[in-house]
Amino acid sequence: MAERSWSLAGALRGMFVKPTIDEQTWDDLETALITADFGPAVTEAIVEELRAKVDKYRTTDPADLQRMLRETIEERLARFDPTLHLSERPAVVLVVGVNGVGKTTTIGKFARFLRGYDRSVVVGAADTFRAAAVEQLATWAQRAGAEIVRPQQERQDPASVAFQTVEYAKNTGTEIVIIDTAGRLHTKGGLMDELSKIKRVVEKQAPIAEVLLVLDATTGQNGLAQAQAFIEHAGVTGLVLTKLDGSAKGGFVLSVQERTGLPIKLVGQGEGVGDLTGFTPHVFAQQLVG
Amino acid sequence: MATFGSLSDRLTETFKNLRTKGKLSASDVDGTVREIRRALLDADVSLDVVKQFTATVRERALSDEVNQALNPAQQVVQIVNEELIGILGGQQRRLEFAKNPPTVIMLAGLQGAGKTTLAGKLAKWLKKDGHTPMLVAADLQRPNAVTQLQVVGEQAGVPVFAPEPGNGVGNPVKVAKDAVKQAERQQYDVVVIDTAGRLGIDAELMKQASDIRKATNPDEVLFVIDAMIGQDAVNTAKAFQEGVDFTGVVLTKLDGDARGGAALSIASVTGRPIIFASTGEGLDDFEPFHPDRMASRILDLGDVLTLIEQA
Ligand SMILES: Nc1nc2c(ncn2[C@@H]2O[C@H](COP(=O)(O)OP(=O)(O)OP(=O)(O)O)[C@@H](O)[C@H]2O)c(=O)[nH]1
Ligand SMILES: Nc1nc2c(ncn2[C@@H]2O[C@H](COP(=O)(O)OP(=O)(O)OP(=O)(O)O)[C@@H](O)[C@H]2O)c(=O)[nH]1
Ligand SMILES: [Mg+2]
Ligand SMILES: [Mg+2]
Repeated sequence: MAERSWSLAGALRGMFVKPTIDEQTWDDLETALITADFGPAVTEAIVEELRAKVDKYRTTDPADLQRMLRETIEERLARFDPTLHLSERPAVVLVVGVNGVGKTTTIGKFARFLRGYDRSVVVGAADTFRAAAVEQLATWAQRAGAEIVRPQQERQDPASVAFQTVEYAKNTGTEIVIIDTAGRLHTKGGLMDELSKIKRVVEKQAPIAEVLLVLDATTGQNGLAQAQAFIEHAGVTGLVLTKLDGSAKGGFVLSVQERTGLPIKLVGQGEGVGDLTGFTPHVFAQQLVG
Repeated sequence: MATFGSLSDRLTETFKNLRTKGKLSASDVDGTVREIRRALLDADVSLDVVKQFTATVRERALSDEVNQALNPAQQVVQIVNEELIGILGGQQRRLEFAKNPPTVIMLAGLQGAGKTTLAGKLAKWLKKDGHTPMLVAADLQRPNAVTQLQVVGEQAGVPVFAPEPGNGVGNPVKVAKDAVKQAERQQYDVVVIDTAGRLGIDAELMKQASDIRKATNPDEVLFVIDAMIGQDAVNTAKAFQEGVDFTGVVLTKLDGDARGGAALSIASVTGRPIIFASTGEGLDDFEPFHPDRMASRILDLGDVLTLIEQA
């Protein structure tokens, strides 16, 4: 993983080396949270909460404040259950999100992860729209040691590819199905309806175990609008946060979680097949705050 | 975004009171500036840029500069709008072409920003404009990036130089260099080089981008960036400016509802002009960048500007 040269921890360092908490400390804290994309509303709420705590415990020690910040963030993140529910057979996972966030890559890594536990996996290339999307998924399937169901003709209806993938799993006894979908902006009604259709068609075959919404850590306040629209049209059950190996901190997921109640279930930290982990609030908060 | 109510709603509310008063007082201006600050942050404008911006607006709003035709509230809006457009680049800048062809255009940016798609868009647009462009597959890293560029090239009706299969095989610097020679030989007049997405903090890949630049001496290096990006826009833009340097910016995915505050941050911090706006997945979905439209998008000033016109 590349060096985190712009971490929030770095931004906060200055305020935690001072002997006492003063107005500058609060200013620095606000700056650090805004810079990590927490957004003005959540930032204000956290700063207020911490001011109250600092008053209550009558502390002036920045180290206490640092601990409280870490606890606050962890506590907020830990309200949601990050467990993946994959007990059905086949367990069908639908992967959705806006363009270029890392859906196909995440599927490759996730398939690999499941193969590591000896689960049999088939991926469905239901992105029949983007140039070379099927080939890209095929490369990932190969890296992961997973099967792939491809469209039988160019620009095939994505819902029918998804249907055929689940059918394949049922016929072959494959345990887990992961369906790739084309990237689409949440503002595009027609494309969002297409997603609802994919979901309906798949559900004729088998219940859907997870609908994972992939969010890019570099995203700013637009992430919330994305989540709301995908929940409405695709019934999202969990979030995947990608590209956390970069300098962006993905602070917007906190408001996404709080507004939508959706847990983060997976975290992507690179372009390699092994760069995917589960989500641990403690680790995330620790990495953010230091 | 609907959640907080648009700035124009909030300012209209603030201005209801201001309209009736005479000259702006410092506290009037401070209240308004706070709203603007909040709206800019909601639009993902970088905090440093927000601070500078609001300081300038405050100073101008309290100065003696008076426009008799406008009430105080409208004056603030006009100042905000002027300052935004000022930073975004008052005038449109066009692509620079080489005196002696081929013109070399290199694309660079984060993973998934929209570089490969843009390569296709540029190719199609250049071709329509009477040029003979060639695309170059110098992303040898992302799975099937070469195939993707080939498909896009075919859609645009433009040849693709792709001597290496990619997926980890081949040297992108050599490919880019050979491409320019090939273009000279075969008389293509524009070479568009697609490169792998890379993170600002990935020193090794940044050096590779810089090596591609050195090997091809491009007339334009376009930094391609997703309009949905948050506060990281500034770090990333600075890293690409230091790492490869770029001559212009392309803002992508503007067909969504992101306010695109990154535009303001990048223009302000790097001083590089935004040249194109990318507005969809289709190859025709792009246009020259319009600073005034972007200004009213970032702050949702559309309605407020009509307030001025009604005055
Ligand atoms: N650094 C980094 N890059 C990633 C990560 N996940 C994906 N990427 C890169 O991001 C780019 C886009 O990834 P894709 O998996 O194609 O994204 P997608 O959401 O499937 O894109 P579309 O299907 O076009 O909407 C590729 O260059 C990936 O290698 C990550 O966790 N870290
Ligand atoms: N809605 C929309 N989608 C876009 C736009 N530009 C690109 N895309 C989509 O964004 C995704 C990523 O685009 P690419 O062109 O593959 O991005 P890239 O920068 O080449 O990605 P890497 O090579 O992986 O770094 C694809 O799904 C594109 O169709 C745009 O302006 N609007
Ligand atoms: Mg994909
Ligand atoms: Mg590309």
